[in-house]
Amino acid sequence: MNLDFSDDQKFLQDEAKKFFDKEGGLANARAVMDNSLDGDEKLWQKIIELGWTGVRIPEAYDGLGLGHLELCVIAEELGRSLAPVPFSSSVYFFTEALIKFANEEIKSELLPKLVSGDAVGTYGIAEDTHQATESNLNVTVTSEKISGIKIAVPDAGIASHMILVVKSESGTDLRLVDLNDTSVTVTPQKNLDTSRAFFKVEFKDTPSKLLGETGKGWTYIQHLLDQAAVLFAFEQVGGSQAALDMAKAYSMERFAFGRQIGSYQAIKHKLADMYIAVTLAKSNCYYGAWALSSESAELPLAAATARVSATKAFQLCSKENIQTHGGNGFTWEYDCHLFYKRSKVLSVLLGSEATWKEKLVSNLEKTNTLAKG
Amino acid sequence: MDFNDTPEQAKFRAKCREWLEANAELKENKSSGHTDSTLEDHLKVAKAWQQKKYEAGWAMLHWPKEYGGIEASPIERIIWGQEEAKFNVPGGIFEIGLGMCGPVMMQYATEDQKDRYLAPMAEGKEIWCQLFSEPAAGSDVAGLRSKAERDGDDWIINGQKVWTSGAHYSDFGILVVRHDPDVAKHKGLTFFFVDMKSPGITVKPIKQITGQAGTGAGFNEVYFDDVRIPDSQRLGEIGDGWKVAITTLMNERLAVGDARGSDIEEALILSKTKDDAGEAMIKNDSVREKLADWFCEANGLKYTKFRTISALSKGEAPGPEASITKIVSANKLQEIGNFGIDSDDMAGMLIDENDGVSSFQGAWLGAPGLRIAGGTDEILRNVIAERVLGLPQDPRADKGLAFKDIPTKA
Repeated sequence: MNLDFSDDQKFLQDEAKKFFDKEGGLANARAVMDNSLDGDEKLWQKIIELGWTGVRIPEAYDGLGLGHLELCVIAEELGRSLAPVPFSSSVYFFTEALIKFANEEIKSELLPKLVSGDAVGTYGIAEDTHQATESNLNVTVTSEKISGIKIAVPDAGIASHMILVVKSESGTDLRLVDLNDTSVTVTPQKNLDTSRAFFKVEFKDTPSKLLGETGKGWTYIQHLLDQAAVLFAFEQVGGSQAALDMAKAYSMERFAFGRQIGSYQAIKHKLADMYIAVTLAKSNCYYGAWALSSESAELPLAAATARVSATKAFQLCSKENIQTHGGNGFTWEYDCHLFYKRSKVLSVLLGSEATWKEKLVSNLEKTNTLAKG
Repeated sequence: MDFNDTPEQAKFRAKCREWLEANAELKENKSSGHTDSTLEDHLKVAKAWQQKKYEAGWAMLHWPKEYGGIEASPIERIIWGQEEAKFNVPGGIFEIGLGMCGPVMMQYATEDQKDRYLAPMAEGKEIWCQLFSEPAAGSDVAGLRSKAERDGDDWIINGQKVWTSGAHYSDFGILVVRHDPDVAKHKGLTFFFVDMKSPGITVKPIKQITGQAGTGAGFNEVYFDDVRIPDSQRLGEIGDGWKVAITTLMNERLAVGDARGSDIEEALILSKTKDDAGEAMIKNDSVREKLADWFCEANGLKYTKFRTISALSKGEAPGPEASITKIVSANKLQEIGNFGIDSDDMAGMLIDENDGVSSFQGAWLGAPGLRIAGGTDEILRNVIAERVLGLPQDPRADKGLAFKDIPTKA
């Protein structure tokens, strides 16, 4: 039994933690928020210099050629520090899509640029405030040209390229577009967590390239969502743990009625429940990490489980961190709201908790027996 | 990451498996279970199985070699436990003796006493129980009031213990009592072992909310009326009772694991197979939501356990993650039991004439006890908060007071 990261992976995680701390930790997210930026360009450049955008990219394309487990440990630290960078869009989604589904020509052109930072990718799924399904897509491809509007696209202000799922003659396609094409209009959208930036992206006969086979777009995007769900779950666990740590530290230094508030059971039990939620989420993430890295057929179930569990943990920890801080927790000055807002964005970014619970149960419906632990 | 044994572990597992296959029946082929047997029959079968394990060296894996153990590593104990659980063998009788009483005897008893008591304990010839909790001392067990008074070379014990598993069939017990009410709560305790057949000991089974009493590893009240214990059966110094008790309670925490009973598998099977107004229950959205929540909990616990085992497997000390197990599993059990009963709608309260209490009903009836036994949900949250997260202890109203001055009522 070895449900653990290797020493090298733990070392990488430790380095990532030190890196984000050294670069300013939460102050970066706050600066992006206060200055209405699209992201922290300096932090992003340093991440590129560390080679992390190429973690999964094969060495033949200038990447590090490592596995998903290395991404998992970096994701946890990104989540802990609420790093305001397009890492998830570009690395968990875009890069994975190219590695899995792109032809050689696209790979040779773009993968080295993703490593060097000359290209940044993102993805588009949502088109309105309803859950996107295979049958309700309105963005359409005709003769390789895409028209329509994707909304809530993360990081499109920084990204040079985008993958998107669109309606095609054979059903749905997964397609690649160059966001610098003059036919593309990118407009910022206001959102709850201004440490992250979201955009409306409008296409008018925009040239595109097919990824994989036509008609399989929806299947591909589901697979990419499953993969990303595991990585985002690690981010959520990192954020949950940071919110719990913050609540704990405050409960030790704040006095009320002549005692540390952390000596009251009302606070202790709240924090114990946060610890329980984080622990369950983390263990479900390990299961997800195993399924992701071993390309297991259990990935859809493991991803949904990690996602639901981590979404619940981060939402609980971030809201109860505010509660533990009392009035201070409701001020802009304290960092509590950074976690609260990020937890909300992460909880809907890949589809809501209800959506993923439905995926989880649909997968349970398909299984006949469950292995007992 | 993988779920495989190391070569040494695989070898050990094969060894366990080989012996078990030669000496017991796999659960799949069970035809004549022990479920309907009387307590006497169950004890007989359990003792015979323990004896068999003892002779082959499987009875007390973690014990030191000098007392007949093989000094198995924690991971080897887990492997043995996993393999033994696949076989239709009796359990639940010797865990307290081997897990808690044996180690405390090894640490504190005289050489003669160890020679006399440890082997019969391991062999299953003598059964041991643990006498700690009292009617007025549950979570605050150090507030116990049973008295020990010195009389020459003996001590005279008076008082009452409660929730003593297996007292009705035990031969010996470990006991913590108060020898001095004039000093602080934790300082006035002394630890003994006692012959459960001593004059003055009365064991009364507790009828639980399940309606069960005295069957299997049932619970008891144990009364002490002028019971004489020789001073030679004292374990540790006079006044060291709490220190000795803590050692044994630490061993208990390791032993308390998952709440057994209806889990997500059973809820899932029921949801798929049972109709609700003409449609499988699993088609109901509120059912789907519950299944998702329980799966996240059950799966989270499963892989939490795997993380602990992984650490042990590498010879590392596991993290504190296992501290969540009982609190999560006992509450989940209660909810799933509740769900199973509700699935019968207006007839959910009925007990089947032939089959008796269903496993969902059993889960619902038993879960309240599991949320209390071995540390209540509330105590366990305190433990997580204080020992895992490092939060300060509650201020204590009994701090600095002599035991006799501690308030006991409003």
